[in-house]
Amino acid sequence: MTLCPHPRRQRALGLLLLASSLAPAALAADAPSPQRQHELRHLLLQDCGSCHGMSLKGGLGSPLTASALADKPDDSLVATILYGRPGTAMPPWKPFMTEQEARWLVEILKNGQTDFVAR
Amino acid sequence: MGKPTLLRASATLLLSALLGACAGVAPRGSGDLGVIIERAAGKVQIVENSSDSKLGEVAGLGDLSHAHVVFSRDARFAYVFGRDGGLSKIDLLTRALVKRVLQAGNSIGGSISQDGKLIVAQNYEPGGIKVFSADTLELLADIPASYGQQGQRSKVVGLADLPGNRFGLALFDAGEIWIVDLKHPRQPHIGKYANIGKQPYDGLASQDGRYYLAGLFGEDGIAMLDLWNESAGVKKILANYGKGEEKLPVYKMPHLRGWSIAGGYAFLPAIGRHEILLADTATWQEAGRVPVYGQPVFVMAEPSNRRVWVNFAFPHNDTVQVIDVPSRKVIQTLKPGKAVLHMEFTGRGDEVWVSSRDDNSVVIYDTTTLSEKKRLPADSPSGIFFTTRAGRIGM
Repeated sequence: MTLCPHPRRQRALGLLLLASSLAPAALAADAPSPQRQHELRHLLLQDCGSCHGMSLKGGLGSPLTASALADKPDDSLVATILYGRPGTAMPPWKPFMTEQEARWLVEILKNGQTDFVAR
Repeated sequence: MGKPTLLRASATLLLSALLGACAGVAPRGSGDLGVIIERAAGKVQIVENSSDSKLGEVAGLGDLSHAHVVFSRDARFAYVFGRDGGLSKIDLLTRALVKRVLQAGNSIGGSISQDGKLIVAQNYEPGGIKVFSADTLELLADIPASYGQQGQRSKVVGLADLPGNRFGLALFDAGEIWIVDLKHPRQPHIGKYANIGKQPYDGLASQDGRYYLAGLFGEDGIAMLDLWNESAGVKKILANYGKGEEKLPVYKMPHLRGWSIAGGYAFLPAIGRHEILLADTATWQEAGRVPVYGQPVFVMAEPSNRRVWVNFAFPHNDTVQVIDVPSRKVIQTLKPGKAVLHMEFTGRGDEVWVSSRDDNSVVIYDTTTLSEKKRLPADSPSGIFFTTRAGRIGM
């Protein structure tokens, strides 16, 4: 992903963003850059949405709403995103994102910071 | 005697002109009309393909992230099935929402019966199908997709209308094909075929309504039922096409419909492979493969059957390829835009409309020259549906 800045620069960007807008997502230590966050939200809405629904309430894939994920450990969700779930239709997304980015997706899903999805 | 007749005629004309004006509709046919799903905005565009333009839009249709459209047999009304279980009936001429019901929690599509009187929705949650009056959208039957000893419910995929007011469908979780007879819609008769293969992901009826095919995700192969010889049961075709090789990750499920049968072959997407599988429709044996740019999603024959057009799953979804049927070779690679989701041919196939979700446009190609003809703006367009579907089986 050429658009993804170096992690150190990401952190600097995150701090800048924190200073300027106090965006909640920027509070996380390794939050992706604003542009990368935009791309990841788009991926979540459109490509994850193909199976999990644009409202994230599920489809061929299970629901990804905050309540549906509440009792699932972060690490296993991150592993599911990165490596998929063999025997199911869930593919590995590791070619398209870093572990920090998968962790950030889990964080916004669990916190219900998904105002951008369809209602 | 001439005068009063003329008077009466002009009064009738005036009256119909007034009535027309009240309804906001100038008289026109509907054979060149279509619907474009604007998936993120929960609305549809009404378009026409005679001069390739947008006529208007209808909003308030809910979550259209996976939407399907069928048409009444007079091609005046469109029935839109939304992901959120919404079933909306739209008048294409007045461009108005006629009626909308929320019929399930999570739905992926639907069909219309051969006689045009029944609308059937296929649902993931709660798993099953529901039958509605096409006229009023009144619920006529609720058929749960129950299976196993505990009566679990399966997600329903691959609903297709069949001759005799019947419908074929597949149970993703159960690995079953059902043929539902709705001659008496309130007393449906269900024929069940179990153990047809693992995880059927979609199905199709051939254009003559003879064959019902369900593509399998959980194993290599396709389950096939010959409806002219139902007692022979479901057979597996193209089994083991992956030859034990590990399949590539699948980022989008392929879609099957009856248009992929052309020139004596069924052109079927291989799961987890950059290939299209060919089956000879006389023997249903494998008749070759066409290597393509990515994992196929839609594999659609032109109405003439001379060529087959293919789009691809993420991350190869900026491309469309055209295959020549007689030589079974890719003859053109097109780049319509980012995130190509769907294609639709005009009735006689002079044009194909291609939706590019992330470029917010629908690109119209001339199928004779394979060149771009026009680009229409659209808000995250996905499915495109023309009224020529109104007269076809398996849509």
